[in-house]
Amino acid sequence: MSAPLLQVENVVGGYRPDLPIIHGISLTVGEKEMVTIIGPNGAGKSTLIKAIAGIVHITSGRVLLAGRDITRFPTHKLAGASIAYVPQTNNVFTTLTINENLAVGASSMPKPDAARQIERAYETFPALKDYRHKKARVLSGGQRQMLAVARALLTDPQLVMLDEPSAGLSPLMVSEVFQRLKQLVESGVAILMVEQNAKAALAISHRTYVFAEGRNRIDGPSQAIADNPEVASIYLGAGGRKR
Amino acid sequence: MLQALADGILSGSIIALGAIGLTLTMGILRFANFAHAELVTWGAYMALAVLGITGAFLGPIAPFSFGIPLILAAVIAAGLTALLALAIDWLVYRPLRNQTNHLTLVFGSFGVSLLVRMVILLMFGGAAQYYSRTLQIAVPVLPGMRILPDQMFTLFLTIAIVVGLHFFLQKTRLGLAMRALAENPELTRVNGIDTRTVVRWTWVIGASLAAISGVLYGLTVQLRPEIGFLLILPLFAAVILGGVGNVFGAVVGGLIVGIAESLAVLVVPAGYKMAIPFVILLAVLYVRPTGIFSGTVGGVK
Repeated sequence: MSAPLLQVENVVGGYRPDLPIIHGISLTVGEKEMVTIIGPNGAGKSTLIKAIAGIVHITSGRVLLAGRDITRFPTHKLAGASIAYVPQTNNVFTTLTINENLAVGASSMPKPDAARQIERAYETFPALKDYRHKKARVLSGGQRQMLAVARALLTDPQLVMLDEPSAGLSPLMVSEVFQRLKQLVESGVAILMVEQNAKAALAISHRTYVFAEGRNRIDGPSQAIADNPEVASIYLGAGGRKR
Repeated sequence: MLQALADGILSGSIIALGAIGLTLTMGILRFANFAHAELVTWGAYMALAVLGITGAFLGPIAPFSFGIPLILAAVIAAGLTALLALAIDWLVYRPLRNQTNHLTLVFGSFGVSLLVRMVILLMFGGAAQYYSRTLQIAVPVLPGMRILPDQMFTLFLTIAIVVGLHFFLQKTRLGLAMRALAENPELTRVNGIDTRTVVRWTWVIGASLAAISGVLYGLTVQLRPEIGFLLILPLFAAVILGGVGNVFGAVVGGLIVGIAESLAVLVVPAGYKMAIPFVILLAVLYVRPTGIFSGTVGGVK
């Protein structure tokens, strides 16, 4: 196997340099692979994704994308490095229209390219087109998630990182969002996502990492993780709650 | 009565220009910049300094009291005020920005405002000054209402700037980035926008508008080092009235404050004029703490 697309090596970091939340986490994501991170609350799942995205400070360790060192890349340069990040909450601009939300996401490209990519986003997510001149605050939770994903895809990233894409969605919406993510992987994009909805995430992803207290605990093919009795004990042992 | 209304609209439009800059920087940079009013004074005096160098080499354009030199001076003053704002941001606010306590920035801006005022006092002295000694004849517009041509110019320039700024915020990429930044800085960066650049442009635009506001104040009233001190309260009242970050709201807020000040003189002694913005501010904060048109940057709803 060739070098993985994303390689995270012993990353230590947190919001404050003197207060690390993740204590040396490593993981890899291959090309066109869907990888899930699960774990009890406070395991450092979201923090790791934010560290890769340059939002959380990395004190030691390395992040490589296709062999290129992107550790401590400023957040705004991430899109240029072919990574897109979809935050869990406040992932759309509610005071801007749908079209403006997409325009912000495409503002680093030349204008004709931006216009073309936005049209393509509407083809992929036709539901958004009907609302293009409406403020994003009128959208439902599921529609917002679609808009956030559509925005992330504008720059044709090789890797999309999602922080709990199913949070706050109805079961019906959850399966639709996951269906979309599956199609995305089939189209050649790699996905790294954090999920509380462990069952659904395990069902669609290739590999899964289980974190606890800022460290790697178990990882492997999702099917094996789903059948592993130790996973439940990690959730319970850390005082978390299995969902 | 009618005359007071006209005067109020005039001073209101000058307050509005200053308030637009303040509401933009407050909405986007997320702190109450008390030094903003000093940028108005600075702009007014920079134009005077430029005029002092170039001289009134061309006569005034009838019917106004000023000519090309003042317009040129205003443009240069806007540039110099933008430079001052960028320097203040770099020297004072940038090191303080990472402080967990937001009040640190606010107090920092207090210090900056005193410093700028004293520098102006040192450079230009405390006496009132004028751009031009030309006497103007007020033109009767309606029965009982006379307006100076310069005042008319001020009004139309304000309208033009507000319309221009509206299109800028709605139609350009930078305007869009500014509105995005006002709502969610982190998401703006996630979208691939270097927010430091957007912040710098916000200062440039806010400071330029402050400078133009100062020049218009100097043109229609007079130049004094206390311009900023006199304007600070009306500016904040206008911004809060219109909702922080709302450009259109700042304009309406500025007009309300200007008109209220002017009309108040008809009923209360002129000495209390300065208290009027205070009363309006308190009333608005009591009834609608988020302002009449609460919203973020660019918000014409």
